[in-house]
Amino acid sequence: MQYKAFMIKYAEIGTKGKNRYIFEDILCKNINRKLKSLGDFYIRKEQGRIFIEAKSEYDYEDTVSALTKVFGIVGICPVIVEEDTSFETIRDRVIEYVDKAYDRKNFTFKVNTRRNDKSYPMTSMEVNAELGHFLLEAYEGLAVDVHAPQEIINVEIRKVVYIYSINIPGPGGLPVGTNGKAMALLSGGIDSPVATYMIAKRGVEMEAVYFHAPPFTSEQAKQKVIDLAGIVADYSGAIRLHVVNFADIQMAIYDNCPHEELTIIMKRYMIKIAEKLAAINDCQCTVTGESIGQVSSQTVHSLYVINEVSTMPVFRPCIGMDKQEIVDIAEKIGTYETSIQPYEDCCTTFVAKHPVTKPILSAIYKSESKLEGFIDEMLERAVETAETVMCRCR
Amino acid sequence: MEAYFDNAATTVVFPEVRELVTKLMGEDYGNPSSLHMKGMDAGAYVKTAREIIAKELKAEPKEIIFTSGGTESNNMALIGAALANKRAGNKIVTTTVEHASVSACMKFLSELGFEVVSIGTDKNGIVDTRKLVEAVDENTILVSVMYVNNEIGSVMPIEEIGRLIKEKNSKVLFHVDAIQAFGKMIIYPKRLNIDMMSISGHKLHGPKGTGVLFVKNGTKLKPILYGGGQQDGMRSGTENVPGIAGLGLAVKMVYENLDERVSHMKKLKDRLTTGLQDIENVYCHSGEAPHIASFSFVGVRSQVLLNKLGERGIYVSAGSACSSNKQLVSSVLTAIDLPKEQLESTLRFSFSEYNTEEQVDDAIEVMKEILPILRRYVRKK
Repeated sequence: MQYKAFMIKYAEIGTKGKNRYIFEDILCKNINRKLKSLGDFYIRKEQGRIFIEAKSEYDYEDTVSALTKVFGIVGICPVIVEEDTSFETIRDRVIEYVDKAYDRKNFTFKVNTRRNDKSYPMTSMEVNAELGHFLLEAYEGLAVDVHAPQEIINVEIRKVVYIYSINIPGPGGLPVGTNGKAMALLSGGIDSPVATYMIAKRGVEMEAVYFHAPPFTSEQAKQKVIDLAGIVADYSGAIRLHVVNFADIQMAIYDNCPHEELTIIMKRYMIKIAEKLAAINDCQCTVTGESIGQVSSQTVHSLYVINEVSTMPVFRPCIGMDKQEIVDIAEKIGTYETSIQPYEDCCTTFVAKHPVTKPILSAIYKSESKLEGFIDEMLERAVETAETVMCRCR
Repeated sequence: MEAYFDNAATTVVFPEVRELVTKLMGEDYGNPSSLHMKGMDAGAYVKTAREIIAKELKAEPKEIIFTSGGTESNNMALIGAALANKRAGNKIVTTTVEHASVSACMKFLSELGFEVVSIGTDKNGIVDTRKLVEAVDENTILVSVMYVNNEIGSVMPIEEIGRLIKEKNSKVLFHVDAIQAFGKMIIYPKRLNIDMMSISGHKLHGPKGTGVLFVKNGTKLKPILYGGGQQDGMRSGTENVPGIAGLGLAVKMVYENLDERVSHMKKLKDRLTTGLQDIENVYCHSGEAPHIASFSFVGVRSQVLLNKLGERGIYVSAGSACSSNKQLVSSVLTAIDLPKEQLESTLRFSFSEYNTEEQVDDAIEVMKEILPILRRYVRKK
């Protein structure tokens, strides 16, 4: 059985009042971009829903899988399209549809008919009753429940007939491109790709920055981050990854500042660089994968001191999550396996045996004063020499 | 200057071999099992390769089985021999410094119920022959010892081991993983009491995905791959004709002027060793193999050094792969009892005939330049 069309349901967009058409148009555009390589599809908006009609052969699994990665979609209904609107044909197609769509035919249902064409010889109620009758006759295990059915068999009679009932959950969220742009700090760990995904899910376009520190971090570590950005890009759309060479700055901190404060100071400079890149690239915020208490630089005291350098909002969607909750999302979106590849990142390279967990801002200022006179120039250079890698889903 | 010093990992394919492989893929692409001319032509290439390799081993052509590489050869020898001889006994003796394609098979065999005894080495990475021979008893069916260790290049006393274990138990089968040795020295397995010997093609300028298991006539061995019964039923599957032909040619070329090639590698190895030993806190662990040199550069983790050398176009291999949290330290470096600071700072340089003295001198200079800088930036205790 080949579904000829999909009906796309979206939820939150419906609440956007007069801006609603902007959200819908962007969602249509994102769907179009996602399906472009999978076949010839005609996408149109219609009464609070989006219809995708296949104009060519297409692979069902690939198409559904692609749609489940478009933010803004809450449900995907595969639809049977029948051109003959006579009741006999509708009846046969509905019976056939239920046969193929459900392995186990032992559920309660109701038929929900809508008719655009008021000249149709039967009313919606009559069609409901007749179809229900024939379905009960065809499948012993079925029972009608008009109040709380397990399945609703939808039949829409227009110029053609649409039959659908299955609802495949979409990823939810808002269409990417409806809510500004963010610069995510990607480390190659488990948390930062999840954070990037979560912000993208709210409709935010993503760019990312990775701090490369050769020779202390390897080319494999960089490739890993490129791969991770590519996996997230499957949901968020292409991500421009800025690879910053951070080694000189790291060594300057190592040479001049107390070792226990190295990670904190390093992260303050990372935020500064990320904000500079954000400003250049029209982003309004930065994103990190920080989660309270996970490591020494993520205690509330440390976050306070790190955050102090920021001038833009720093979004930390994992902040209140347990590690396992973050891992669960990483597994769901497919970044986990890549994240756990054991390549050292620049945060672990020089990490002290006993880093400070309660850094004091005044002490950090004092340590950073040792870098005065050259650090600003180093930050500028790091931004200027950053390499840009376009990361797309594979 | 680019310098590839990772020839124990893999080597560049000889241009002549590349040409032959390409030709076979495009022209003589037949299946040796086919009964027509295309098939016969393909079969002739396999036959020629078999004869070349048999000749270099002073073996008979039917004692040569082509495989997909060193790993398959080791698997076939160990699993095949253990399964075929399990009625004769239950014990297998090996060393603690084998390549993973041997040690992982041993783990599998011990899960099947075989008793596997692994014998350690001395400080030079050479297996303790006395203990190894002691471990061989009436119940022992198989002994497996590598010829040349892949990480430090120590050479095992294969001739002595072969003689002594056969004296003790004439029925025991002797398998030698010669993957790092073949192509670097002349090996006549039968003179060394070897019953099975593994060879890999891509370590000697042949194609990847090619290998040989020498199996002495009369050795009881069960196949590990079943199917169409190719290669006397020992290794089913359509022969990798281009690969096999390429391997044959590579072997022929390597052995044509082996002395010259080997002495060139040895010269480079010695030159590098002399050059690096001027540097403070550099320790050499190299064995006698002509093409493998191993050093610890205390104070810099091997991965960092490897990255830095890579930036300069110098490709080497890390003695131990480290990750931030757990150290995956190699078996041979642990076996030779290196202190921790040497374990985590070991690099392997391995040579081929394509390396030059200029490359070696350049590598020494680069080392002298980068070591003092990198040594400043260590993880503080």
